[in-house]
Amino acid sequence: MSPELLIAIVASSAAAATPLILAAAGELVAERAGVLNLGQEGMMLAGAIAGFAATVTSGSLALGFVAGMAAGMALALLFGVLALTLQTNQVATGLALTLFGVGLSAFLGRDYVGISLSGLKPLALPLLSDIPVLGPLLFNFDPLVYASLAVLAATHVLLFRTRAGLKLRAVGESPHSAHAIGQPVIGIRYLAVLAGGALSGLGGAYLSLALTPMWVEGMSAGRGWIALALVVFATWKPWRVLLGAYLFGGVTVLQFHGQALGIEVPSEILSMLPYLATVLVLVLICRNPRTILLNQPMSLGQNFFPRG
Amino acid sequence: MVRLEPRPEPSRRMMFASPLIAAALMIVTGYVMFALMGREPWQAFHVFFVQPLSSAYGVGEWLLKATPLMLCGVGLALGFRARAWNIGAEGQLTMGAIAGGGVALYFHGVDAAWLLPLILLAGVLGGMAWAAIPAFLRTRFHTSEILVSLMLVYVAQLLLRYLVNGPWKDPAGFNFPQSVMFHDAALLPLLVDGLRVNIAFVIALALLAAAWLFAYRSFAGFRMQVSGLAPAAASYAGFSDKRNVWLALLIGGASAGLAGVGEVAGPLGQLQPSASPGYGFAAIIVAFVGRLHPLGVLLASLLMSLLYLGGETAQLELGLPSSVTGLFQGLLLFYLLAADLFIHFRFKPRAAGSSEAT
Amino acid sequence: MTAAAPPRLELLGITKRYPAVVANQDISLAVRPGEIHAVLGENGAGKSTLMKIIYGVVRPDAGEILWEGRQVEIDSPATARRLGIGMVFQHFSLFETLTVTENVALALDAPPPPAELAARIAAVSAQYGLPVDPRRLVHSMSVGERQRVEIVRCLLQRPRLLIMDEPTSVLTPQAVRTLFQTLRRLAHEGCSILYISHKLDEIRELCDSATVLRAGRVSGRAVPRRESRESLARLMIGHELPVTRLPPRTPGAPLLEVRGLSLKSADPFGTALRDISLEVRAGEIVGIAGVSGNGQKELLAALSGERPVAADAVRIGGTPAGRLGPTARRKLGLRYVPEERLGRGAVPELSLGLNTLLTGSAHGLVRHGLIDRARVRELARRVIERFQVKCDGDRTLAGNLSGGNLQKFIVGREALLASQVLLVAQPTWGVDVGAAALIRDALIELRNRGAAVLVVSEELEELFMISDRLAVLAEGRLSPTVPTAATSVEQIGLWMSGAFAAEPAVPARAEAVHG
Repeated sequence: MSPELLIAIVASSAAAATPLILAAAGELVAERAGVLNLGQEGMMLAGAIAGFAATVTSGSLALGFVAGMAAGMALALLFGVLALTLQTNQVATGLALTLFGVGLSAFLGRDYVGISLSGLKPLALPLLSDIPVLGPLLFNFDPLVYASLAVLAATHVLLFRTRAGLKLRAVGESPHSAHAIGQPVIGIRYLAVLAGGALSGLGGAYLSLALTPMWVEGMSAGRGWIALALVVFATWKPWRVLLGAYLFGGVTVLQFHGQALGIEVPSEILSMLPYLATVLVLVLICRNPRTILLNQPMSLGQNFFPRG
Repeated sequence: MVRLEPRPEPSRRMMFASPLIAAALMIVTGYVMFALMGREPWQAFHVFFVQPLSSAYGVGEWLLKATPLMLCGVGLALGFRARAWNIGAEGQLTMGAIAGGGVALYFHGVDAAWLLPLILLAGVLGGMAWAAIPAFLRTRFHTSEILVSLMLVYVAQLLLRYLVNGPWKDPAGFNFPQSVMFHDAALLPLLVDGLRVNIAFVIALALLAAAWLFAYRSFAGFRMQVSGLAPAAASYAGFSDKRNVWLALLIGGASAGLAGVGEVAGPLGQLQPSASPGYGFAAIIVAFVGRLHPLGVLLASLLMSLLYLGGETAQLELGLPSSVTGLFQGLLLFYLLAADLFIHFRFKPRAAGSSEAT
Repeated sequence: MTAAAPPRLELLGITKRYPAVVANQDISLAVRPGEIHAVLGENGAGKSTLMKIIYGVVRPDAGEILWEGRQVEIDSPATARRLGIGMVFQHFSLFETLTVTENVALALDAPPPPAELAARIAAVSAQYGLPVDPRRLVHSMSVGERQRVEIVRCLLQRPRLLIMDEPTSVLTPQAVRTLFQTLRRLAHEGCSILYISHKLDEIRELCDSATVLRAGRVSGRAVPRRESRESLARLMIGHELPVTRLPPRTPGAPLLEVRGLSLKSADPFGTALRDISLEVRAGEIVGIAGVSGNGQKELLAALSGERPVAADAVRIGGTPAGRLGPTARRKLGLRYVPEERLGRGAVPELSLGLNTLLTGSAHGLVRHGLIDRARVRELARRVIERFQVKCDGDRTLAGNLSGGNLQKFIVGREALLASQVLLVAQPTWGVDVGAAALIRDALIELRNRGAAVLVVSEELEELFMISDRLAVLAEGRLSPTVPTAATSVEQIGLWMSGAFAAEPAVPARAEAVHG
């Protein structure tokens, strides 16, 4: 394998992993608070179209990412109003959010089909990127790749090193106990869901602004669902999201570099790999039910109504 | 200021009213949206909801599009009653189309009465086989059927795309990614000459009736309902969780597979890169809006079918994007979920000194 | 404190209505500084609602709360804590996956750094004789230890009023004594204590004064030491306590046999069963005492068939049944009343009729796979009638019944269909006195007819009332079974802390010594 190909593979793995990391980190925060939001796919698509539209209109990539986050949060807020305030079933509401997000993004994106953008440029880290081979291999990514790592670190610190994170985990374990000792359960869950929405929206914007800088209907292609699976794979631990996401990034890359690597398989079959890998990984991690029982937030998916 | 208070018992009236409220709210939203898009709202409304049904052909199309929604919807509804969240009906539908279509292609030109039943059977089995994967993984490895069934949607769609681009491509088709047209013996008979609605609609109606009997009168249906409402009670009673999951997914897969083969052996008449415009996902909405009840599924299918049809008419007549349909469908489910709140809760005016309901 | 000092807490005309019931109607009471004040009432009398109002979890519809003579509005637990009110919940409000220190920190408005907090926890627990290790994870602790965490958490906030909600239901008799010492010491230091209970003897032993609630209203006030058990009971339920009689009876052949049963818990934080052997004979009631969490859930799952075990480990009427599921065991004549009523024993969203079908399907209610609705309803009506279930008929949803009525229905359903063996978990937990008496009588009647009855309960008093023989489940092991007449609350209490391995029984663990 030539160094150029290796560098290309690493770069595209990182790029493919980044939206998954962002969305999975967001969902992880929400799930740690006990909220299962199956609307990832919808929030990513909303982020993708909002980000793309904002950048096309303003010419600013930064504004695009901000718009993507805002769109993700807007959908997350909708989820919150329904599932947290109005007590609707979280599974049904999440599905509705995804179906709605798919429809909404297709509707809003009708005028943006066929436009292309220059996209996000790599940010070579000074000095480090000058190291031969390793430099371009590890220190020449676009800023969001670095940012996604920072997000994971921040998620870890938030959850396990701060009082806010302690409260969030407590709410995720037992909203009833948290309520009894006076913690604002619904408020904390709202914040977690909104943070999740912002990150999913950012992940979506990364799709349309960096990974493939254009808007295509349904362009997230199941990444929101894969992010949900990644949270399970990561057993609700931020650092394991990184492992999972890069694994998937690697699998996805086979699609783009399959031929260069000498793999003679139709592209449709190669495109199945990430989905099949998701199933495989879920089987491996869920095989032992104790792994899930011990790690899953205990109130995950359960509504809480503050009754006296 | 008002606040929510739980009702002493669930309101039956709201249970029936909330899908109607949701549909009404969706129409109101549509009105506002049309106005915001600079269209004359009443005209758009007319084009969307009335015009499609103003001809016999239109009604035929309406029932034609309602058929796969009824089939997928009723299968999902039975599964959702058991809280088996099969959301991969779109994939099972696609596999039904592939399996049924494969049989039609294999016996291309064979003019026999057994062919069509065989094609339909293949479709049913194809959908069941695809649904058996999440069932097996859930019961054997505790894997979420939500994620597995959904992942398999993408796999099935890619498989279909591969087939029509490769081995099953019509050699005389100018390199279009599609199979040859099926011959007459492989196609579902039409109900009325001149309309495209076919016998699958009647089969779907019969299945709805069977589903009602199963869900509300059979002990197996009762077991599934208990495991959905209270899994601990099902375990206490000795109802096997595995059997319920298998049953739920196989029923869903079978009916989605039938829907898929009904498309390729019906209006499509061949295999194309996509077997459905998202009927399998829309059926999730159908199941919820239909209250997981077969009669409700029928009504919800008719409403959702009208949304598909209205979207097409609006695109032709008003130049509105057809994606409006997806938006309406999503809105409908949101409104339903919100309206459902009032089955279990009611508003209570907040008087001075009172607060915090139980 | 002079006599002129205002009460620490005074309630005036507190009223709280829920959609279906009035939980509290015009309730007034006063607690002086340093007083241990009982709030006495049977299950469903409105005690817990009243305490939640004081602690700010529930807001009253009407009435006033005075704190040290000043009117206050307690809108949240945080407000309550700022005033100096602490509460130990009946169902603990602890987080199992967190450490003791983290649990305490969550309840404090401005906790000190963890290391400092841990030191303070250690100091307070030493000061009051409540041993607690600040670094331990809660899920690894026994119920008694968890209660100590709850109490220490309150004490760290230097409360001036401590609410204890049914604190002794989870403790061994010895641990109750230690708890009382702690409470008396706190009261002596000037802390007021509101002690919620329905246990008459405890209240007579511990409390300075009592407010008695009945059906949401104050039915009397008393100085418990000057009252008899009978006079307190009259205030609480309006009449004498019903008497349960267990006529002597010679048991027959063993109908339920358990041999060398070991089982890992399905719950990662559960207790494994270790080598359990037991025999229940025709015409006897065997009681299993013990604090919940010592393997009760696992034992019942193994006996009922929800968790299959080795074929010979469980025999019903002589037939090896260990591998059989609940349905097959029911066919052998074993019936089971689970602890959880809503969601396990009955499906809240379904009618009483369909809830009869839940476990009655083998009794001619299903034909050719279809439900025979007429027969289902008929059987449901028989249960309702025989066991005096108050409801609007067989179409009533199970979720709309009161706790006592639902338990009558479930016990009735299983008792009516039981032919050989009945397992019952916590038969009268949370049930009013009248229903409890009816349920106990039903169990005894079944025994008199020759069935084998196994009762798993935390209520020692009840087990002594209805059991022919008693055993204790502690840490997944079962003590020897002894005739009820040949043992004492003392001995069973010691066994409950696991001290039966080294006979003769001596207090072997810290639990028994410190409570």
